[in-house]
Amino acid sequence: MGHDEYQKHDAKILTPTFIVLLTLTLIGFALIAVRFIKGIGAVTNMSDGYPWGIWITYDVATGTAIACGGYAMAILIYIRNHMHYHPMIRSAILTSMFGYGLAGFSVMVDVGRPWNSYNFFIPSKWQANSAMFEVALCVMAYTTVLLLEFLPAVLTTLEKTEWKTLQLLLDMLYSRMGMKRPERIGERLDKVKEVAAWLKPRLDKVLIFVIVLGITLPTMHQSSLGSLLLIASTKLHPLWHTGFLPLLFLINCMFIGYSIAILESVISCYAFKRPFETKELSGMARIIPWLTVIWLAVVIGDLAWRGQLGAALSFDFYSRFFLLEFCLVAGGSLLLFSGRKRESIRWLFASAVLIVLGGALYRFNVYLIGFNPGKGWHYFPSLAELMITVGIVAFEILGYQVLVKILPVLPKLHTRQQIDAGHAAEGKA
Amino acid sequence: MRKPSRRDFLKIMGATGAALLAGRAGAEASEEHHVNNETIGMLYDATKCVGCKACMSACKRVNSDYGSLSYEQAKFDSDGLWDAPEDLSGSTRTLIKLFKESDKQWSYVKYSCMHCQKPSCVSVCPVSAMTRDKMTGTVDYNKDACIGCRYCQVACAFNIPKFQWEKAIPQIVKCDLCKNTNLLKKGITACAEVCPVGAIMFGKRKDLLEEANKRLSENPGKYLNHIYGEKEVGGTNHLYLSAMQFNKLGLPVLANEAPAEFSEKIQHTIYKGFIAPVALYGTLCFVALKNMKGHGTDDKHSEKEEKGESDHGA
Repeated sequence: MGHDEYQKHDAKILTPTFIVLLTLTLIGFALIAVRFIKGIGAVTNMSDGYPWGIWITYDVATGTAIACGGYAMAILIYIRNHMHYHPMIRSAILTSMFGYGLAGFSVMVDVGRPWNSYNFFIPSKWQANSAMFEVALCVMAYTTVLLLEFLPAVLTTLEKTEWKTLQLLLDMLYSRMGMKRPERIGERLDKVKEVAAWLKPRLDKVLIFVIVLGITLPTMHQSSLGSLLLIASTKLHPLWHTGFLPLLFLINCMFIGYSIAILESVISCYAFKRPFETKELSGMARIIPWLTVIWLAVVIGDLAWRGQLGAALSFDFYSRFFLLEFCLVAGGSLLLFSGRKRESIRWLFASAVLIVLGGALYRFNVYLIGFNPGKGWHYFPSLAELMITVGIVAFEILGYQVLVKILPVLPKLHTRQQIDAGHAAEGKA
Repeated sequence: MRKPSRRDFLKIMGATGAALLAGRAGAEASEEHHVNNETIGMLYDATKCVGCKACMSACKRVNSDYGSLSYEQAKFDSDGLWDAPEDLSGSTRTLIKLFKESDKQWSYVKYSCMHCQKPSCVSVCPVSAMTRDKMTGTVDYNKDACIGCRYCQVACAFNIPKFQWEKAIPQIVKCDLCKNTNLLKKGITACAEVCPVGAIMFGKRKDLLEEANKRLSENPGKYLNHIYGEKEVGGTNHLYLSAMQFNKLGLPVLANEAPAEFSEKIQHTIYKGFIAPVALYGTLCFVALKNMKGHGTDDKHSEKEEKGESDHGA
């Protein structure tokens, strides 16, 4: 596809938001340092009863679903053949890349013996019965795929760059040291540009196979994220423990993916003062209710089959969380069935928020809230544990904000849209 | 060309669903896995136990080097004279507890790894750090392979594997039947060796079951007529006899099917021979390449995009 569908967002990088996010990131990373020096118990409330806390539940199980925007968009564009959404995919892939990359990073913070992770690459240690093995390999592979998918944005920039900042910096450095700048450096920089120009058309040719791999891998590991809890038949509440966990997690990540793509577009258009992509978003929003209807039908059908409908309506602790999750997803979808509401950015935003919250709560219910290891065990994340998660999320937003300003990621505005946006801005002023 | 592509999409969804359904059906119709009664284990008789905790201290004495165990200080013990673990932990592999319902109704209970015939921890470990020895049936842990993901803890129905939360270099700790220590030197586990009243019997599973059945038939009314671990989760090598309800002693009521059978059936159905993922990739490639045709791979696309997809043949 054409690379001129995208543009850099011309704006200052050092904004007040940047400072706030940077502070949160630094706090988070300082606490991560404490975790590596004093042990996991020093910063978290995890215990032998609740060995998986908020890091696995949010950063990995929920975070990767929220990072499924790239997956959902890829299905929409390449499999369902709606190529006119193509300009939106690069920003979706960027958020997916951050989501998955940082989920992987969180896992490295969470596991107790990360230096042994090389065992994932040693065939004699492979354990195909383990859903965790499948998730780990797939997530690693998918993060690589996302990097490749994002590479054209970097190559396009490298190809055209004049290295202005770098030139200035080098000049300053060498003049401070009282030396003349060697010629070599310029040659080497030109070499990098040449390589980028050489690589880009070649990458373009095979990119479709990478993209399809980027659809296959999430299909595998998102369902396996559900399979992870199949083994906990005595600990996970029967409202959620079912053989359909993999299927439910798969559909769940799809509708979260589309909803999050809508949210990302609305929020970034709002934050970067660009015109809203209402037409594309309302088209995308039409798919969501179909997915949620399938999901809700599987949930109800499965509960009825296992005779758990009574438990679902008993209004006890578990039932309330189940009903909340159910109503959020169902409520958000109901809004999207109305064609008129789909045309309104406000309603689109509201329904996408409801569906993302409901879908995420489902994952929380499975990993934490519905998980009961027996009498005497309790879990609520500690402040330090939460701040590490907050720090990682802050880093994610920070990275997105910076990269859209230095690389061509956001959809190119058409001249007419730009004029409209200009008028709107003038009107506001 | 919206309709056909949506159908393709639903087909994929349907296929996934069907695969899962098949998995579920398969799980129910599975043949029972074979229990190996030649493997070794222990029989704990709660009615004989006097709660002296000799087994606990012997376990720590013998196994402390192997696995870097430390002692746990009790809250009242500021001088650090006593080792007083409250539960199995990152430094305690076996533990005696007293369950007291009333002055007349009480029982001791010993906790340690159940050494399941079909262990969940082995089934879920992504890097084969948890293994079950085919000959002895001992479920063992290898800290040099372990990545510390704690999936074994999530999976174990008995909450046996424990993690060293307070350490910068932590590991999982659980009973390995003194595999590298007492069993190697003396042919018996340390706890069974030191028990002064014979409450812990060490031996082959078939001999333990025979002995348990003998005690049940010779002492009618003394015991609950149930050998805990004979059938639970597909059978365990650590067996229990008791006069008191097992769930009161902290041994949960469990189904006879091993949880690992259920989860592995589903996982195997989806990933059998890696056919489904490859087929999915192939199908998706086919569809995507077909869709890409007519769009071209160059930059001409941007001129057309205003017209939407109506002119895009698939």
